[in-house]
Amino acid sequence: MIEILLIYAIIPLIKIAVIVLFLSGAIAYLTLLERKLIAHIQVRLGPMRVGWHGLLQPIADGLKFLLKEDIVPAKADALIFTIAPAISLLPAFLVFAVVPFGPPDMLKDFLSWILGWFPFLNLDPETIARIAENSIASGGYVTDINIAVLFVLSVSSVGILGIILGGWASNSKFPLLGALRSSAQMVSYEVALGFAIIGVLLVAGSLSLVEIVQNQQQEQIWYVFVQPVAFVLFFICGLAETNRLPFDLPEAETELVGGFHTEYSGFRFSLFFLAEYANMIAVSAIGVILFLGGWLRPFPNSDWLSFLDFIPGVLWFLGKVFMFLYIFIWLRGTLPRFRFDQLMQYGWKIFLPVALGNVVVTAAVLLAFL
Amino acid sequence: MKTTVEESTVLDAKVLELNMGPQHPSTHGVLRVKLKLDGERVLDAECIIGYLHRGVEKISENRSYIKCVPYYDRTDYIAAVSNVYGYLLGVEAMMQIEVPKRAQYIRIMMTEFSRISSHLLWLATHAIDIGAMTVFLYCFREREEILKLFEALFGARLTTHAFRVGGLWKDLPAGFEEAARKFIDEFPERVDEYEQLLTKNRIWMARTQGIGVISGKEAIEWGLTGPVLRGSGMKHDVRKDRPYGGYEEFDFDVPVGENGDTYDRYLVRLEEMHQSRRIIQQVLDRLPDGPVRGKAPKIVKPPVGEYYSGIDGPRGELGYYIVSDGSAQPFRVRIRPPTFISLQVLRRLVRGHLMADVIAIIGTLDIVLGEVDR
Repeated sequence: MIEILLIYAIIPLIKIAVIVLFLSGAIAYLTLLERKLIAHIQVRLGPMRVGWHGLLQPIADGLKFLLKEDIVPAKADALIFTIAPAISLLPAFLVFAVVPFGPPDMLKDFLSWILGWFPFLNLDPETIARIAENSIASGGYVTDINIAVLFVLSVSSVGILGIILGGWASNSKFPLLGALRSSAQMVSYEVALGFAIIGVLLVAGSLSLVEIVQNQQQEQIWYVFVQPVAFVLFFICGLAETNRLPFDLPEAETELVGGFHTEYSGFRFSLFFLAEYANMIAVSAIGVILFLGGWLRPFPNSDWLSFLDFIPGVLWFLGKVFMFLYIFIWLRGTLPRFRFDQLMQYGWKIFLPVALGNVVVTAAVLLAFL
Repeated sequence: MKTTVEESTVLDAKVLELNMGPQHPSTHGVLRVKLKLDGERVLDAECIIGYLHRGVEKISENRSYIKCVPYYDRTDYIAAVSNVYGYLLGVEAMMQIEVPKRAQYIRIMMTEFSRISSHLLWLATHAIDIGAMTVFLYCFREREEILKLFEALFGARLTTHAFRVGGLWKDLPAGFEEAARKFIDEFPERVDEYEQLLTKNRIWMARTQGIGVISGKEAIEWGLTGPVLRGSGMKHDVRKDRPYGGYEEFDFDVPVGENGDTYDRYLVRLEEMHQSRRIIQQVLDRLPDGPVRGKAPKIVKPPVGEYYSGIDGPRGELGYYIVSDGSAQPFRVRIRPPTFISLQVLRRLVRGHLMADVIAIIGTLDIVLGEVDR
């Protein structure tokens, strides 16, 4: 009984708590990282006052947001206006339910060590070994479902709803324009993004994120080398999905003042803000899993790089995610912004046909040679 | 692609009226533009100005000729030096005051510095309007150096009260020439940095090419001057056409564009910064010795008459039409503000474009609301 409880309830709950806490911290410090990186690109220092080199700045910002007055505009649709930020933030977190941070046996040693420290559980060594063997308990993820990719796509498209509703419920012209832009943008880029992912799915033959990584291990190669076109498409569409420069049209502070969140302030604004960064991390994580071999080291299973094996998988994973995020921020420091019609033109006339072509070519090659 | 107003009202009566400004991040001050939008397409735009009106021209009628000067600092506050320069050239011509050579040269140098600093500010804001954030801060870095030079010579950074009737307030401070040389030596490299980020950038080109196109002929009909006119391929520069203040002694080119779009105006202004640098280089090489202030009376009383003095400011032809009734106060000073005139064309340029282009076009006209409203 206690064994089942541990495997299916207690350990997953602890993992969820750890991931949520870790993610919140990561998002907070991602904002600081962005400010610091952009500042150094622009020959200035960025936050320096709160803590050493501004290290406590995110905490100060969070406190400030909490203490601000909660303003709901008089003409706004109060209910939708209130829940829109939550709709935007929650899906970004939900994605991480299926994201594998490490291999299925990541926590095996840790579990067999830590469970011995709880005498009141009265676990004998065999039970501990059985729990540690079970991948539901010891996997480096909350859950591994066989439709994980579909789950990620469907959940992340709910997040867009928050932006549209927020812009609409504000009952103001600039947010409305921002919301219209974002709905059009995200719908168009979601299509290309989906087709880019299909290329990988064809090669991997699985929708489970864990299996996709394991397949990359078996084939000894990251899928970025098998599907380079899909990777480029995924990256660009990922930028568009997360509203980052050069695709940050829904916000576009110089045109639409603040876009969909013009009327938001205080904590609700910060939820939108956090959602953007959570989405950045989510897109990066998915990209790393699909194309860069998740927790695997470069050229997995080949011997000449085996001296790198002492680095745990989860660090590989986080390092690659960090690299993705770095490029996101770097682009923001470098590029101007697209115009709305150009964005749509690229989405429908270039990315979608290329993604479709990629799917067709991949399928043809697979049929012909394998 | 272009929708006219009539066509669209027939097809679809739902026109969204949007107020851009006077509080908006990219209307460069307190410009208010009333946009009529069909989706994101601009059907019509109406400029509403006057939020910064201070009655500078009327104030001038109640001040002595010398006391007018600080007010002109505050019309186009981005290029205060050339404002004062234009006015003083007029007053000196009416009074027939001889300005010493050294003062003339320093005036030209400082005016060109002010052109560079003004163009830097234009590039900074234009780039950030289109989303290129880094260029904004790079430009401010260089502008800061120029403002330091201003501070060393004039004692102020923005409202400089640069020149006096008959010359300068005082000679160049020690170390000024070295600092100026250091700046112009480093400057081309810095401009290359902006060019790397923008000129060949596909997004920048897509956002600026073919946006706000105006032909040379039409630009003249609208009365446009300065970089906006030169971007349309017309070689008009007051410094070349009616040289003043000693400009005829210096060697520089007048860059012109071809297509008259936002991108060409961007290239023209970038090249103008290089040309200004060339002029400053020549001034520093040939700077003569001597006094910096000619014989000027304590009380300026020009003879009865009228005089128009026009200079080529950073934004176009900046004119002062001064009417004297023989007293110590001008009877009338009419300022010809270049951006007031180029702002008229905004409505013509934005029609049929998208909302994001309105920002780009406002940026490319390089307006300063202090000067538009006076």
